[in-house]
Amino acid sequence: MSIEINREACAGCGACSEACPGSLLLLDEKGKAAIPKPERCWGCVSCVKECPARAIEFFLGADMGGRGGRMSVRREASMLHWDIRKPGGGLKTITVDSGDANKY
Amino acid sequence: MLKLQVKRLSTDFLIIGGGTAGAYAALTFCEHSDKRVLIAEKANIKRSGCLAAGVNALNAYIVPGKTPQDYVDYARGDAHSIVRGDLLLTMAEGLNRVTHKLEELGLTILKNPDGSYAARGNRNLKINGENIKPILAGAVSKEPQISVLNRVSVFEYIVRENRICGAYAVGVDEPSLYVISAKAVLCAAGGAAGLYKPNNPGFSRHKMWYPPFNTGAACAMGIRAGAEMTTLEMRFIALRCKDTIAPTGTLAQGVGAKQINSLGEVYEQKYGVTTSQRLYGTVVENLEGRGPCYLRTAGISRQQDEDLQKAYLNMAPSQTLRWIESGGPPSEQNVEIEGTEPYITGGHTASGYWVDANRETTIRGLFAAGDAAGGCPQKYVTGAFVEGEIAAKAALKYLGDELTDPGDGADSVKALLEARLDAAADSDEIDRLEEEMQSIMDEYAGGISRHYRYSEESLKTAEEKIRALTDRVNLTKARDTRGLVYILELTERLILCRALIAHLLARKETRWRGFAENTDYPDTSEDFLKYVNSRFNPHTDEFEIIFRDLVAEGEIYEH
Repeated sequence: MSIEINREACAGCGACSEACPGSLLLLDEKGKAAIPKPERCWGCVSCVKECPARAIEFFLGADMGGRGGRMSVRREASMLHWDIRKPGGGLKTITVDSGDANKY
Repeated sequence: MLKLQVKRLSTDFLIIGGGTAGAYAALTFCEHSDKRVLIAEKANIKRSGCLAAGVNALNAYIVPGKTPQDYVDYARGDAHSIVRGDLLLTMAEGLNRVTHKLEELGLTILKNPDGSYAARGNRNLKINGENIKPILAGAVSKEPQISVLNRVSVFEYIVRENRICGAYAVGVDEPSLYVISAKAVLCAAGGAAGLYKPNNPGFSRHKMWYPPFNTGAACAMGIRAGAEMTTLEMRFIALRCKDTIAPTGTLAQGVGAKQINSLGEVYEQKYGVTTSQRLYGTVVENLEGRGPCYLRTAGISRQQDEDLQKAYLNMAPSQTLRWIESGGPPSEQNVEIEGTEPYITGGHTASGYWVDANRETTIRGLFAAGDAAGGCPQKYVTGAFVEGEIAAKAALKYLGDELTDPGDGADSVKALLEARLDAAADSDEIDRLEEEMQSIMDEYAGGISRHYRYSEESLKTAEEKIRALTDRVNLTKARDTRGLVYILELTERLILCRALIAHLLARKETRWRGFAENTDYPDTSEDFLKYVNSRFNPHTDEFEIIFRDLVAEGEIYEH
């Protein structure tokens, strides 16, 4: 379980690094976000939610049955749009409004 | 050689850990006093602690028709009697108050058409808790009397004549040693994950139930300072969705999914429905060849599929990703379940600091709340808030006018830490040593591979091996302060492992089937209707076990 950082898209704002509950992210010598020990990631996706450039995607490691899908989030006021790229192609978006409680 | 810069700070009320209990304690303190608060947080309070990804229900609330005593009875039954009735009752009495406060701060809670909260079962409320930490952090930031020191790891208390006077901390990113003086201290630094080999020991080893960043610092600091600890042997083992280790309660309670074995038989009634019995049943079904086990979700509606996908995004997004990338939604495929590795966490079980009704530990002026505080299981998120509230009010009463001089120990602490810094150090060594510790605990102290079983002999072997490993860890070095924090964390885990082993040895019975299977004493014994407490003696390097009589609600316990 971990994240993948798109260095080209990263604007170097450091928001991900600030949010990580494990202090695992940092800005490297080129000012881009990096996760030197990706195996320490808990998978909470705090960084994915924070990234304004959508440069961070979340995935499930192959050792826990991950199949290569990628997840990222777009925030729009109280809405979170979760984009999930499926392994064989195709995109599924799920929108959750923070103002709506879970049904379960 | 890398040098540490000493930074001296002082405050009235130091809170170690800006998670669930800590952040709430800070807010409570400000409602009743204009004195200064300092939150020392290892990460950033915006997303730190257990609730980083969110939480999808409040599991402790007194619903209409129920009373706080009902909650105490439930928790006592679930913990097979080893609870502090006094702590549970004072916690239960505050649950609804803190829930209303969270709603005022901005938490979304599902309501009925008449405006009342919509209950899920007998004790739960449905919420959208994805943003619960940012909500708390936002409220903290509005209080000018609170200072937040992010990315600073507290690793040792400063105690003089059994009275707290502050703590030492090290910067995660910068080479600083903080010497923090305080009139009162709240330890809200959580429980411990990572003592045992996890479900996914490879690349995804941190995909665990409890945050891997909760390393047991809370308990370890207390142990080293001579605080009395309680019921560490009541480990928590979560029953989870396989691989993603996502919660199962939303499936069980939300869509009524039953636990079934591979033959399709509902087995939960066979073993009982306490938290530990649900796990135990699953372990036995597997051992007897009727595994794997599942939550029976096949047959739920498409709408329920979609609602579940959303619900999991608010607390465990990995499960939603799993459902979508595998193309097997819960309506089509039952969800396989498994037990996790054991954790130490006072939010679910009764392990942690031995506290009085004010949540004061046996060290004067040092309070504990949330997962760090023992005796009060099933407190969950709202119970942690209540404990933070109780502790903050008690700390305010305790505060003297004068700071106690923290003494001149800083120089020797600085020298000890600097001796651990070496630019040529192997930064992967600490990971290997951590894995070694987890294997020892797994194999000899009742981990997943041993189906949570252990014996006196195996525990003694574990103790011996953990001691030997500690000696090796004490020789390791780090390249930078981040590496130094990793060394300190592993050291914390190791002493907590030893304390846990001492507790497991002391309880010569099997009370919580599944959570702790003592193969020498496979039955429950009336003789152990008592607390197993411990105190570390640094001079002998041994744990002294103290058996204490149960404390009921209505009784006043004083240290």
